[in-house]
Amino acid sequence: MSTLAAWRDRLSYQPLSLGIVALSTCAILVIANQMTRPKVIEAEQRDLQATLTEVLPAGFADNDLLKDKVNLTDPAGLPVTIYRARKAGTMQGAVFQTSARGYGGEILVLIGIDTDGKLLGARVIKHHETPGLGDKIEASKSKWIHDFEGKSLESPPAEKWAVKKDGGVFDQFAGATITPRGVVKAIKQGLMFYAAHRAEILAPDTTQGNAP
Amino acid sequence: MNTRDIMKDGLWNQNIVFSQLLGMCPTMAVTTSGTNGLGMGLATTAVLICSNAIISSLRDFVSPQVRIPVFIVLIATLVTVVDMSLNAWMHDLYRVLGLYIALIVVNCAVLGRAESFASRSPVVASALDGLFMGLGFTAALTLIGLIRELIGSGTLFSQASLLLGAKFAFLETTVLPNYGGVLLMILPPGGFLVLGLLLATKRRLDRYAARNSAAAPAAIETAAAGCHL
Repeated sequence: MSTLAAWRDRLSYQPLSLGIVALSTCAILVIANQMTRPKVIEAEQRDLQATLTEVLPAGFADNDLLKDKVNLTDPAGLPVTIYRARKAGTMQGAVFQTSARGYGGEILVLIGIDTDGKLLGARVIKHHETPGLGDKIEASKSKWIHDFEGKSLESPPAEKWAVKKDGGVFDQFAGATITPRGVVKAIKQGLMFYAAHRAEILAPDTTQGNAP
Repeated sequence: MNTRDIMKDGLWNQNIVFSQLLGMCPTMAVTTSGTNGLGMGLATTAVLICSNAIISSLRDFVSPQVRIPVFIVLIATLVTVVDMSLNAWMHDLYRVLGLYIALIVVNCAVLGRAESFASRSPVVASALDGLFMGLGFTAALTLIGLIRELIGSGTLFSQASLLLGAKFAFLETTVLPNYGGVLLMILPPGGFLVLGLLLATKRRLDRYAARNSAAAPAAIETAAAGCHL
């Protein structure tokens, strides 16, 4: 131990020991990453799959939505991945993510739409709204998000796609108007995006090598 | 230092939140409900035990001049490994706790214990110190969380089954049904209010205990004297 104590006070010992610690921790991180990576990807795919099926009615599709996707760019130039639902090979609808600004930042909404442009379901998947006020947009906290099911751009008409305070048909919450306004806007934009790109989204030949 | 002292220090005398006032960032951010406090506390406990044990076993090799960077690198690595393994093998738990795990790196209590205890104590004592400091932290966070949750939304341990599994669903209680809620308690000011009141309570209890222990020997002496007479 005494030789170690003598070594420890040398100038060269300190950078060397720091270097060894840095190298070995890096090695541990690399190994841990290698070991967990496949499992993590698998788990994330499972999560995505679970949310995808949540915005579609039970038994709506029989294909693997994760493998049947189209990539487009939204009006702001950002990439959108569209997952397509088929049953026995026929196109049934599509699921994709849309977003708008809420009170505390971006609200991400996943929406499922059938081939006629009717909304099948919507789920808020990420938001930064005030807990206790704005978080009623989550399906686990309130039924509010289910109000959107069955709506489309024709019913209610475009100018009624707003919260009641703005002359629309959707409820706002006591003390929180900006949050539901954001969700309504996100879903409306999603429907408009779908209407504008309907042909591209539903074209069977754009499948990326995984057609049934 | 014996186990009893380590236990007393961790749980009460040197409690991370109530005495050392360390780790205030996770304390304020996470304690919006009892379940969240408990989850953060347990995750921190696991990291504290491991980091204390590792740092204690390396204490002879780390020279005092570079100890702080070495400790920080070790703690950050440990937290990252915990984060990745939870994400891979306990993904459901990770979905609930994932938010907190990365926050543990910035909890200065972990570095604090490495510096003030583990770097100068044997491995077993250091691991025990990590355990009891962690449990003290867990108790403090759960208590603050429960008080904020009760006043803020009228429930106790809501969504506990997500964290602990379906068997613990019985913990979820709605104390005040149809309660409007006091938003202030859920927002950050509520955290400061509850922490301040709890700190004052602990100081008062400590002062009361100190007065009693100062008075007690005198009482025994008079009693003994009474026997003689």
